[in-house]
This record gives sequence, C-alpha cells and structure tokens, in this order.
Amino acid sequence: MDASVPRDDSLVTMTDLTREFSSGGSLMKPRRTMRAVNNVSLDVPRGNVTGVVGESGCGKSTLARLVLRLLEATEGTVFFDGKNLATQSQAEMRKLRRQMQMVFQDPYSAIDPRYTIRRALLEPFQVQGEAKTAAEAKTTVEELISMVGLSTRMMDSFPHQLSGGQKQRVGIARALALRPSFLVLDEPTASLDVSIQAQIIDLLEALKEELGLTYLFISHDLSLVRYFCDRVVVMYLGRVVEILSGAETQPRHHYAHALLESNFEPDPTRRKIVTMLGGEIPSPFAKIPGCAFAARCPAASDMCKRERPPLSNLGDGQMVACHNPMD
Amino acid sequence: MTAFAPIKTAIRSPRGGVSAAVLLLVVVCALFAPLIAPYAYDIQNLPGANTEPGAAHWMGTDEFGRDLMSRIIYGARTSLSVAVTAISISVAAGLTLGAMAGYFGGWFDRAVTAVVDLTWSFPEILIALILIAIIGPGLESTMVAISIAYLAQFTRLTRAQIMALKNETYVEATTNLGAGHFHIIFRHLLPNALTPVIVAGMLATGDAIILEATLGFFGLGAQPPTPSWGAMMSSGTAQIFIAPWIIIFPGLAIAITVISINLFGDALIEALDIRNRLRSV
Repeated sequence: MDASVPRDDSLVTMTDLTREFSSGGSLMKPRRTMRAVNNVSLDVPRGNVTGVVGESGCGKSTLARLVLRLLEATEGTVFFDGKNLATQSQAEMRKLRRQMQMVFQDPYSAIDPRYTIRRALLEPFQVQGEAKTAAEAKTTVEELISMVGLSTRMMDSFPHQLSGGQKQRVGIARALALRPSFLVLDEPTASLDVSIQAQIIDLLEALKEELGLTYLFISHDLSLVRYFCDRVVVMYLGRVVEILSGAETQPRHHYAHALLESNFEPDPTRRKIVTMLGGEIPSPFAKIPGCAFAARCPAASDMCKRERPPLSNLGDGQMVACHNPMD
Repeated sequence: MTAFAPIKTAIRSPRGGVSAAVLLLVVVCALFAPLIAPYAYDIQNLPGANTEPGAAHWMGTDEFGRDLMSRIIYGARTSLSVAVTAISISVAAGLTLGAMAGYFGGWFDRAVTAVVDLTWSFPEILIALILIAIIGPGLESTMVAISIAYLAQFTRLTRAQIMALKNETYVEATTNLGAGHFHIIFRHLLPNALTPVIVAGMLATGDAIILEATLGFFGLGAQPPTPSWGAMMSSGTAQIFIAPWIIIFPGLAIAITVISINLFGDALIEALDIRNRLRSV
C-alpha cells in the first residue's frame, strides 16, 4: 500500500508525521531540538474509536494537536477526508474545522470564565459566521445542553458555578455544536473524579452511536482505552511502538505489556506481582539510533540499540515495532 | 458578577467610601466650575491682591487679587481633564501595543519590549520634559507628553496579562472552532486582561495629576490665565512669606485629590482581589 495516499475507509490519515520543538538557541545555550512526535503513520477509520496511550511526555497530546492542525507539523502530512490539511487556506481550514472538534483535558479552563454557558455554546456559530435569531439561538442552546445531559436551568450560569463533570459536559456540547464527524478526545476524563469519569465515558459512547462520530481518544489509562476503543495505539517517546486491535489482543511489545501490567487489579485474590521497569526514560532531546525503549527493555539486544525496529504487521490488525517481540 | 459589584464593595470599605466622596466632590467642581465658583477665575483686582483668607475670599486672593478658591475650582478642570485624557490615550495605546506584542510575539514583540524597557528605565518626569522640549509647552503637549510617559507601564502590564492568558485552554478551544486572531484577542484575551490595566490606569491618573502640576510649576503646562494647580503653586513661591495661602491651598488640592485616587484605587484592588496580577509588571 502506498502510504502517501489516504485509504477510502479512513477519515483521518497521518503519514510520517513529525513535530520538533526546539529550546535554547541563545548566546549561552546551544539550540536543542526534541521530536515530540516522530514519524507517526496512522489511520483513523470512519466510525471507529482509535485510542492513543502512553505515559506523559510521549507526544500523544502533540499528536492530537497536529491532527487538528492546531500545531503545524515539521514533517509529514495529515489527510482529513482526503484533504491535505497543510495546504488548506485559512478560509478552507475554518470550514473544515466544523468537521473536526476536540474535547480538552482540563474542563476548568476550557471555557472563558467571563462567558455564560449560553454564550459559550453560541460562540461556535458566531465564529463560523452563522447568524441566528434569538429564538433559533434559544432552541440550539437547549438542544445542545440536553444532548449532554445537563439541565437547561444552567444556561445562564458561569463556568465557576458548575462542577468539573458539568463543565466537561459543556465542553462536549461546545465541540458538538457544529455537528462534526470527527472528535479528538484529549484525556477527557483525566481531571475528573472516578465516578464522574464513567458518566462521561457513557455519554461519549452514547453520542458516538447517536451521531455516528469517529473518535481519536487520547489517554494514559490503558485499561480505559482498551475498554472504550476499537484499536489502541501505544506510543513511547514520540514513536508508535504497537497497535492493538480489540480489547482481547495480547500486547507483544515489552513496553505495551508493562503498561498493561501496571494497572491495578481490583480483585485482591487475583492480584499479581508487578514487574517494575528498570531504568530511566531517556531525555527527549537525546538522539536515539535504535529502539527508544531499549534502555529499559528486559529483552533488549545489541541490535535494539543500533537499529530502529520498523512497525511490522502481525495479522488481525496488530502491528508491533520490536526486534524481539513477546510471545 | 456585574462590573459594578467590586466598585460597590470598594465604596463600602471605610477608606474607599471617604476617598470616593472626596473624588466625587473634585469631579463635581471640575464639571460645574462656573456654577460653583464664587468669582470668575481671571478677573484681576490689584488693590485687593494678597488678601488673607476671610469671609469674602475663603481662601484669600493671589498676587493679582484673583479669588483663590475660584481658581482652584477651575484648576480642578485643567488637572482632571489633562490627567484623564492623557491616561485614557495611554491606556488605549498600551492595550493595543501590549496585546499585539504579547499575542503575536516574534520581532514585533522584541521591538516593542526594547522600546518599552528603554523608556521604563527613565522616570516619567524626565520623559515628559524631553517630549515637551521637543514639541513645545502648552496644554495639548502636556497631554501628549503624559500619555507617552505612562505608555510603557500599560504596555508591559497588558503584555504580561496576554502572555499568561493566551495559553489558556479556551483560547485553543476557540481557535479550533475556527476563530481568527481578531476574535481571540478582542472577545477573549482583552476582556480578561482589562481589569488590572484599568485599575493601574486609575492609579496612574493620580501620578499624572502630579506630573501635570509639576510641568505647570515649571511653566510648561497650561498657559496663563488658565488656572492650573501647578502653575498656581509656582506663582505662590514668590509670595511664600507674605501670602503663604497662595501656595498652600493649590498644594492641598493636589495632595487631597491624589491621596483620594490612590486610596480608592487601593480599595478597588482589594475588592477585585487582583493585587498579585498588578505586581506582574
């Protein structure tokens, strides 16, 4: 398959996506660059939930912003619905943004503190230049607010009068206002209480069925991602190390395995001894010729340190980038 | 929270209430000077020069026999209008420059910061004097000089606010809705950055009154016979031993007005709870 041409059944296609950040570059400090996202190629199939997991700093949030062109890619391309985002004009991009929205990690700062909920929910239309009469505006806000399970009494509240879960529901309503087909969920439950997390996940699942949405779900919680997603992409230091299809697939990459192992087992009789990973995460500024995980990997060989393992297909949609995959 | 709630809270505090009352009195004097002043400010009466304060002239008369109280009431007009106009221009320009520099960054930010830091390193009076030396004395040039002298302060403050606010998630969220820079700056960043800048502007108005009086004292501000508190004090220096009231009363007017502005500004800062945001200058 030619990687530069997006497949028909995928809504979003990333090819060789790379984003570098640099720091320093002044008189005293030499310029250093780090690759937050390193050569990521990925499809997001229509109607699917694709999960991206990895520890903090692995580049998953950067990936989310590249997909929506909130950040410009250093190299590589993002195709949305067959269109190369990098070549879209500002006006075309504004139109495309109706199709692709995002729910943010921190609901506490995702709404302007001076905006009422009503105003925040009408802003998408204002920005898109869609005039609404007072009556239309009222029905729109009421529809959106009840779609995410909030009471219409909250319409004129300010964000600080709402709880975290309620704010996140407003964030979801705002993202859905323009009827997008694609939603990036950037750790939408990470800053919420556990009981509220489940409610938000349920809501997102229901909305997906109801509106036929496609999700890219970013999280550091592998068990949540495996429950919620059709396909799981495991990232480590900006690279994709494994792609798992379905909740039952056993990870073959040593990092993905360790990540899954680290989840707590609620049943004490089934609790196992967690094998801790040794070593340190390499500095993101370090140039690593081989596998990024080699320094911490129990099965690392000399080759792992020299040569970067390519993503190879294991069948059934599972792919792994490892020279010595687990059985 | 409405915009007036903090003002109400400020007025309810003791210092806020007293200072607000004094300020109201000064503003009323400035607005309705012809109705309040017992005499015209420019009628000379040489036989009655340097009259001591008494029943006919509550604050006495100056070296030309003009009623001092009337001149102080009219002088409130000059002082307040110069200070308020100059600071308004300065705040408006500082908000625009600071917002653009803080939001866009890059070479524009570096250029603005360099100029602002340079002017920031001089006292305001020096900048104002240099500018007046260039454009010549007078009421308009005083306004221009004062507004440029305080520009650095508002630009810095706005820039710092915008830099902090532009990383808020709601800015990214609104960008992702398809909003342009104009919408982000005017609908989100500036409204959230405005409060500390307005309060700083109010406090600077007090300083601007002193600066206007200083320039007037040197004869660089309002030209005679227009009454200006600073110029009145200046003419009072010659009579300081025979008619000390000529220098005392305008001086008191300046002091009381500026102290009231500072006290009210302080009460407002307390009510708005923004002391730490003002310190970021």
